[in-house]
Amino acid sequence: MQKIGVFVCWCGTNIAATVDVAAVADAMRSEPGVVYAADYQYMCSEVGQQRLIAAVREHALTGVVICACSPRMHEQTFRRAAERAGLNPYMVEIANIREQCSWIHKDKAVGTPKAIALARAAVAKVLKNAPLTAGESPVAKRALVIGGGIAGIQTALDVAEAGYEVDIVEKSPTIGGRMAQLDKTFPTLDCSACILTPKMVEAAQSPNIELLTYSEVEKVAGFVGNFTVTIRKKARYVDTNRCTGCAECVAKCPARKGKNEFNMGLDNRSAIYIPFAQAIPNVATIDASQCIKLRTGKCGICEKVCSAGAIDYNQRDEVIERRYGAIVAATGFRPISLEKFGEYAYQESPDVVTSLEFERILNAAGPTKGQLVRPSDGKHPHEIVFIQCVGSRCSEDAGKGKTYCSKICCMYTAKHAMLVREKYPDVRVRVFYIDVRTPGKNFDEFYRRAAEQYGVEYVKGMVGKVWRQNGKLMVQGSDLLNDEQLLIPADMVVLAAAIEPEPGARALATMLTASMDTNDFFSEAHPKLRPVESPTAGVFLSGACQGPKDIPETVAQAGAAAIKVVGLLSKDRLVTNPCVAHSNELLCNGCSQCEKVCPYGAITYSEREVVDRGVKDVRRLASVNEAVCRGCGACTVACPSGAMDLKGFANRQIMAEVDAICRAK
Amino acid sequence: MNNENLRDLVVEISGANPRKCMRCGKCSGTCPAYAEMEYRPHRIVAMVEKGDIEPLMRSQSLYRCLACMACVERCPRSVEPAKLVEAVRLLVIRGQGQNHMSPDDIPQKLDAELPQQAIVAALRKYGK
Repeated sequence: MQKIGVFVCWCGTNIAATVDVAAVADAMRSEPGVVYAADYQYMCSEVGQQRLIAAVREHALTGVVICACSPRMHEQTFRRAAERAGLNPYMVEIANIREQCSWIHKDKAVGTPKAIALARAAVAKVLKNAPLTAGESPVAKRALVIGGGIAGIQTALDVAEAGYEVDIVEKSPTIGGRMAQLDKTFPTLDCSACILTPKMVEAAQSPNIELLTYSEVEKVAGFVGNFTVTIRKKARYVDTNRCTGCAECVAKCPARKGKNEFNMGLDNRSAIYIPFAQAIPNVATIDASQCIKLRTGKCGICEKVCSAGAIDYNQRDEVIERRYGAIVAATGFRPISLEKFGEYAYQESPDVVTSLEFERILNAAGPTKGQLVRPSDGKHPHEIVFIQCVGSRCSEDAGKGKTYCSKICCMYTAKHAMLVREKYPDVRVRVFYIDVRTPGKNFDEFYRRAAEQYGVEYVKGMVGKVWRQNGKLMVQGSDLLNDEQLLIPADMVVLAAAIEPEPGARALATMLTASMDTNDFFSEAHPKLRPVESPTAGVFLSGACQGPKDIPETVAQAGAAAIKVVGLLSKDRLVTNPCVAHSNELLCNGCSQCEKVCPYGAITYSEREVVDRGVKDVRRLASVNEAVCRGCGACTVACPSGAMDLKGFANRQIMAEVDAICRAK
Repeated sequence: MNNENLRDLVVEISGANPRKCMRCGKCSGTCPAYAEMEYRPHRIVAMVEKGDIEPLMRSQSLYRCLACMACVERCPRSVEPAKLVEAVRLLVIRGQGQNHMSPDDIPQKLDAELPQQAIVAALRKYGK
C-alpha cells in the first residue's frame, strides 16, 4: 500500500499569485494513495526540506510529490531530502507548476485547475514508481583538449598543473592558433607572440601534456568519464623525432606557390614549411597538395638537403585510439567570408584587407616584414579607412552576415588605428563606426586614447561603397553627426569582418553530441550559471567556440573549463543515472529500430536463448549497455513491440500521467 | 490623419519596418542622390519611425530619390529605406487622386540612351 505525500510550494508569489496553492493541496487530499498534503512558502528552503523529512517520517510516506519549479532547478534538492528521511530518492516526483503553469498564466481561475491536473498526474506516476539504485562507472584520468590556440593551451596548462594528463589535438602543424597571428594585444599593446610563446613552450615541455599537432578527432564514443576517441595523425612526410627545425629544406624547396595560411594568404610559402619561427613543434611539414615529389614523383630536394634524414615520402596517416574522462572543445574562430559584401571591393582590390590580414601586415614576421605598405604596389599609404561591423549585427532577413556583435572588433580597430598613427604620423586614419563598444577593463580609456592622443578620426556613420579609381580607393560613406556624405580617396581600406566559429566545429559537436546554437557556437549548459559546461556531461567549452571573446576572457574561461575538468577527473567513480532503458526479451522482435535511433550507441543485438511459455527458443535480441545509456527514451518510442522501456519513465507511468490529466476537469 | 496613423499607413504600404534600424547610416553612405536630398535616407527612416510623415510628404526629397534601391540592397538590417520613400510618395500621389504616369506612357518615352532602370524608377515614383 503506497502512502503518498504532496507538498505544494508557493515560491513566494511566483506560484502563489496565479495558483491557489491551498486549493491544490486540498484537491490532492482526495487523490487515491495520498495520505498527506500541505503547502509551504519555500519548499526548497531548509525549513521546507525539514517539513518534507518530518512528514515522511511521521506518516511513513512511501512516495513524495513536490508541486514546485522545474525539476531542472530542485529535483536534486528534494531527492536528497527524501534520502535523508530514509526514502529512495527516485520515489520523488516533481509537478512543475511554475514554468509550466503559474508563469505562463495570468489568473488563478486558469492556473489553479491546471496546477491540480499537473499534481494529479505526478501522483498517478509516483504510485507506479519503483525504488531505483544508481550505479557507478570509473573515470579515465586523462583529458582531451580539441584545439591548440590560447584557449586550448591555457586549459591544458591548468589541467596539467593540477596533476592530470591532458592531450591537445590541433589540426594545423603548430599550436598557437589565432593569437600567434596577432601583432600586438589590446589594451596594453604588448606583443602577442612575446606573451603567447612562453605558454606554448610550457605546454610542450609539461610532462603532463602531449601535443598531437596536425591531427584531427575522427570519432568519439562513450560517455562522461569514459570517452573513447579516435584521432587521425595526418602524415607530415617528416619524421618529427629526427627533424631539427633547421629549415634548410624550406629554403631549398622549389614549390613555392602554396598560400601562406599563417599570413592569411597574403604571401606564398613552400610546399615543405614551418608555419612560423616559434612554431611548436618546430618541425617541417610537407603540404601534399603542393609537393612536386608527392604529386609527380620527381624532385626530392628536401630529402637530399636534410642532414637529419627526417624526410619520409612514404609516411601514412596514423589512426590512434585513446580513452579520456573529459573533453574540452576549444576550436576557436575565423573571420567570415566577404563574398556577399561586394560593396567594399574586397575581391577587386588587394588594398582592401580584413583586420586579420592587416594584423599580419603590421607584424614584423609578416609578408611585409612589418612595413606598412599597400599590398598592390608596395607604396606607403597616406590615407587609411577602417570600416567596423562588416557582417556583424545584420538582421536575419538581410541574407548576409551575422546577427551578433563580434565583440572584439572595436578594440582591435582602435589598436590598429593607434599603431598606424604612432609609427606613421603622416597617415590620416579614419574609422567608420556604428557604435564603439568597449566594455572591459581599461578598454574605453584605450579607445579614447586612440582618438584624443593619436588623432584617429572617428566618423559616426557607415561606408556604403568602395571602388577603385585612378590608383586610389574611393570610399563613400556617411558622416551622420556632421550631416554630410564623405568621399575619401584612400590608399587602404581595412574591414573589421565579423567572426564565426571554425567550420569544423559543427562536425565535432555532432561527434560529441554537444549542442550548438544557430550560429554554430557551442551552447553552454546554462548561459549564466554553467557557462563553460556543455549540456553533454563531460564536455566542456573554452574560448571563442562558445561565443566571440577576446584574449583575457578566453584565458579566464579556459581556466574555468580546466577546473571543471579537474573536478571530474579527481573522482575515481561517477554515479550513473539509474533511469536507463532496458528491453523485455520476451517482447523484443529483433527489428533493430532501437539500435538505429540510439544516439549513444548503447544498444547491441545478439542471438540468445529464451524460454517463452515453457518453449526454448534462440532469438535475436536487443540489450542495453546501462553505462552508456543516457536515458533519453528514443528507443522506447521507436520500439514497435513495446519491449523497450525506461526505468523511472516507464510507458505505464507515462500513460498513468496522461490518464490522470484527462480525468482532471 | 494623425502622426501614428500616417506612420502605420507608410509601414503597411511599404512592408518595411523602420524599427529594425540600428542607425548605422549605411543608407546615407550609399545614396547616390545624397547631395540632392533635403532629408537623407537615414533621416527619412527616423522620421517615419517617429511619425513625422507630413514634412516628408511636403519635401522634394521624395522625388530626388532615384529609386535605385542601393540602400535596400546594402542595409544590414533590411529596413529598406527606399521602400519607405516610395510609400510616402504613394501617400502624396494617392491624395491627389490621379496617376502621374501610366504604363501606357512608356512606349513614347522609350529612348535608346535611357537606362531601363530609369523607366522602372519613374513608374515606381510617379505611377500609382
